[in-house]
Amino acid sequence: MNVDKIRQDFPILSQTIRGKKFVFLDSAASAQKPRAVIDAMREAMETQYANVHRGLHWMSERTTDAYESARDAVAALMNAPDRDEIVFVRNSTEAINLVAHSFGRTMLKPGQAVLISGMEHHSNIVPWQMLRDAHGTELRVAPITDSGELDMAAFEALLADGRVGLVAITHMSNVLGTVTPAERIVRLAHAHGAKVLFDGSQAIVHRAIDVQALGCDFYAWTGHKLYGPTGIGVLWARRELLEAMPPFLGGGEMISSVTYEKSTWARVPHKFEAGTPAILEGIGLKAAIDYVRAIGYDAMAEHEASLTEHALARLARIDGVRILGQAQDRGGVVAFSLDKAHAHDVATLLDRQGIAVRAGHHCAEPLMHRFGLDSTARASFGIYTTHEEIDSLAESLIRVREFFT
Amino acid sequence: MSFDDDVRDLYQEVILDHGRKPRHGNRLAAYDVTAKGDNPMCGDRVEVFVKLGDDGKIAETGFEARGCAISVASADLMAETVQGRGKADTRALFETFRELVRTGTCPEHDRGLDESLERLAPLAGVHEYPSRVKCATLPWHALVAALDGTKEASSE
Repeated sequence: MNVDKIRQDFPILSQTIRGKKFVFLDSAASAQKPRAVIDAMREAMETQYANVHRGLHWMSERTTDAYESARDAVAALMNAPDRDEIVFVRNSTEAINLVAHSFGRTMLKPGQAVLISGMEHHSNIVPWQMLRDAHGTELRVAPITDSGELDMAAFEALLADGRVGLVAITHMSNVLGTVTPAERIVRLAHAHGAKVLFDGSQAIVHRAIDVQALGCDFYAWTGHKLYGPTGIGVLWARRELLEAMPPFLGGGEMISSVTYEKSTWARVPHKFEAGTPAILEGIGLKAAIDYVRAIGYDAMAEHEASLTEHALARLARIDGVRILGQAQDRGGVVAFSLDKAHAHDVATLLDRQGIAVRAGHHCAEPLMHRFGLDSTARASFGIYTTHEEIDSLAESLIRVREFFT
Repeated sequence: MSFDDDVRDLYQEVILDHGRKPRHGNRLAAYDVTAKGDNPMCGDRVEVFVKLGDDGKIAETGFEARGCAISVASADLMAETVQGRGKADTRALFETFRELVRTGTCPEHDRGLDESLERLAPLAGVHEYPSRVKCATLPWHALVAALDGTKEASSE
């Protein structure tokens, strides 16, 4: 993989920040966009834009084709058996809320439980709390080990009574980088009668996802972390589940017919896509998927593994740096704390050197508390990240520590 | 420009010093009012404790904080500058301080606050860092909440 060439595809990366090279190490929050995505969205607006699925005119038909081709691209990306199993949503958060509402309130019974893990993003905690409070389900949390991996014995024990109806769990932690043992999770969950939802917001960026090989029931992810635009995400679910679930939001696009007495729903996936969808964002997402597939997940994963190994080695050599999570199977995010300085001060000082990292609780407060911290800094990598950028981070961190000592 | 030059506008020696070794960073043994401040965006927390004099003015302020150097230094300088002030007076100083950290200056301020503002001036550099302004104001929100008799404040 030629990183220099890839960097040229991302116009934003050539900028300088306060006279310094822009070192973007915050891709796990949102990735930068390649020219291909920017152009696809601009071109659509300039040459082929109208509302979709309803206009009986040339422009609408062309736009519908472009938008629906994104669904094909997503289905192929995830190896979904059926393109109609791809539901477009705004982001992973909305995908999980859709499942909590439509599946949770009808196919889970009060007294059944939803099992999450101790390393979830708030988006895979709060919807289940809301379901618990509205519907009387239980919320169980499978603990993680000190190394930041799922405690499989505890996980299995929490399934043992057969009351868990759904396991909702991250496929890759946005803080620890831990990749969870997805196939094993599915096997155990199914053996105990539970469906499985993966929050794949991070995982989709780092490895090829094959929902048929995983054997899961729901898979949620968001476009903007995969070098696509904001405002479009994906929920994949097994067709029989989507058929059985009631709609989430009501309105246009999702109906078959409407009278004041009764409405009937459109076929899946449109039943779950109320209102004018994110048309341009769908077109942009298709361009992002094409871009990523042209590079290839194998090359991306290899590059990322090399960056992660380099970052872990460089940071480990700095006095006072504590890295959260030492999972065997991990992706390209590295959260750390520094003994002499608070994460916000670290982030501000790095920012002054042109280095962008995230600082805070990373929308995973319970996980921070598990490690006795309120906040950490986090460096995360993308296909355009270089080893030199990680060296800059390490060198600046040494100076940050000196500054606060 | 050297590493230090890049950040000295914000992290002046006074801030580093008070951030590292706050003089008032403790829970008072006896206090009259208290409140917690919470910045939900970043997880910073501060709890202030105020002992009032017979005249109703602030006799002493202590705090416990989990946060960055800016928030701890701001809390410490606040504790220093509000001593001897009544509720309205404290609020007036906070309003002026808020203008200072948001804009870097407070030209219209009451001259009676000159001495306190001089003490707080090292925090003026925060205005160059919009995401950090709340770090500086959080302890003040908590202090005002304590004086108002509300238990919790948010910098949101």
